[in-house]
Amino acid sequence: MKISSMGYCMKQGVKNIHRNRMFSFASIITIAACIFLFGAFFAVVMNFRFMFAELEKNLCVTVFFTEGISDEEITKLGENIRIRPEVDRLEYTSADEAWENYKAQYFEGYEAAADSFGDDNPLEGSSSYEIYLKDASKQEELVTFLKGLDGIRQVNYSASTANNLSDIAVLIGYVSITIIAILLGVSIFLISNTITIGVSVRKEEIAIMKLIGATDTFVRAPFIVEGIIIGLIGSAIPVAILYFAYDHVIEYIAARFTLFGSSSWFLSSYDIFRYLIPVALILGIGMGFIGSRITLRKHVKI
Amino acid sequence: MIILENVSKKYSSGNPALENINLHIEKGEFVFIVGTSGSGKSTLIRLLMKELEPTSGKIYVNQRFLNKIRRSKLCNLRRDIGAVFQDFRLLEDRSVYDNIAFAMKVVEAPTKKIRPQVLSMLSMVGLLDKYGKFPKELSGGEQQRVAIARALVNNPAILLCDEPTGNLDPENSWEIMKILEEANNRGTTVVVVTHNIEIVEAMKKRTVTINNGTIISDVKAGGGVIYEN
Ligand SMILES: Nc1ncnc2c1ncn2[C@@H]1O[C@H](COP(=O)(O)OP(=O)(O)OP(=O)(O)O)[C@@H](O)[C@H]1O
Ligand SMILES: [Mg+2]
Repeated sequence: MKISSMGYCMKQGVKNIHRNRMFSFASIITIAACIFLFGAFFAVVMNFRFMFAELEKNLCVTVFFTEGISDEEITKLGENIRIRPEVDRLEYTSADEAWENYKAQYFEGYEAAADSFGDDNPLEGSSSYEIYLKDASKQEELVTFLKGLDGIRQVNYSASTANNLSDIAVLIGYVSITIIAILLGVSIFLISNTITIGVSVRKEEIAIMKLIGATDTFVRAPFIVEGIIIGLIGSAIPVAILYFAYDHVIEYIAARFTLFGSSSWFLSSYDIFRYLIPVALILGIGMGFIGSRITLRKHVKI
Repeated sequence: MIILENVSKKYSSGNPALENINLHIEKGEFVFIVGTSGSGKSTLIRLLMKELEPTSGKIYVNQRFLNKIRRSKLCNLRRDIGAVFQDFRLLEDRSVYDNIAFAMKVVEAPTKKIRPQVLSMLSMVGLLDKYGKFPKELSGGEQQRVAIARALVNNPAILLCDEPTGNLDPENSWEIMKILEEANNRGTTVVVVTHNIEIVEAMKKRTVTINNGTIISDVKAGGGVIYEN
């Protein structure tokens, strides 16, 4: 199609929307609702995955040694553990360090009480390794291995917080895909109705165009443009709303739930929207295109 | 230019609208088609534009074999043909100028050519001063002249008119016929379906009479119309 014809078809497409305001508006609103939910779930799932990754980084298994174990034996154990593939790094905490940490944490302001222990270390025999994992899902395997080692009295690990979190993320993913699929269907149905009305309003004009010798493409292009513009507006609105709301929502959650003491638990809006904006726009335009395409296939035949 | 060989058309209901039609129209001819109401004249015109498919027989228009034209190539046939109807079929929401320019935009004519070509058509049908008016602001005769200008603006090889003067008084009818004759003089093949026997008698053109779906007479220089309306 020629450039000048494209211009003409664009103009006609915009006119269609204007003439057909009510239905165009309804279509834009449903697409906007669909994309809004999509964007919201997208942000939630992305954040869950981010937290999951953060948790994995901090996930560690602590092992305490049997009483009377020698320093050489501890070093040897450390070497055995370090060579395992799922282990990222190993940190040794001596009994004295453990006591210092404990005092700092629990006797703050009651130093006198702590001093009453004198030079006795109540945590004698509490030296430990903290083992950081490369891959949280290998935790159980490692724990079984550690329990089987000689010289280890106790293995401490936080049971599968990480696994629970990833389960939640997956669940949210499924629920959101279902809802979005339903809304997607409704949106396409509404766009299709809008275009059908546009076609019937312009029936006479279309008949004359065909009589004069317009190509199919030329007859259809204005309606495709109409669908695409509806899709574009319908996706731009919710993305803009989400963009301006995102930081506020994160702040609110961080302040409300102490579990997420700081906003560093969340992705920045840049990290979300550099993916969300193109994905949402393509989705909206795609819905508009498909909605008008299927209608035209049915209704605009020469 | 137009060839029909043993063409029949039967609508799903009832008797055949056309039966075993054989007709040759040469390039540059001016042909009247007359006949009683319901005799099949409009059916014939619609077959030539491939708005309808013949039930049997072959149709050629401007060297195109209509039976074999695919839907996607139909626009090429339509560009060879200008069509004019009793009810004008103008777009009410557009000015005279835009109605005619529309026909050029639709076939993606070069933008630069549109304005001079539309103005030349308007001057041919004598409506240069009305170019900004809307169809509702024009008389029936003027509206039909706009429709003719639109049909001719892309220089079609053939002009098909189905009762172009059906809604017009004698004076306007004559003006329309003069314009059609003018187009014919410029080389366009013209086929006119009409009930206006007076005009047919006066213009002395080839006249084909259809009755009950068959051609009952084909007279070279008009005048010899034998049917009662
Ligand atoms: N779409 C249709 N479906 C069924 N029958 C039709 C259809 N169109 C026309 N007919 C029938 O075909 C026959 C010829 O109709 P056509 O319109 O060709 O006649 P005509 O010569 O143009 O008549 P008029 O002078 O009144 O316009 C008529 O009997 C008519 O009832
Ligand atoms: Mg008729």
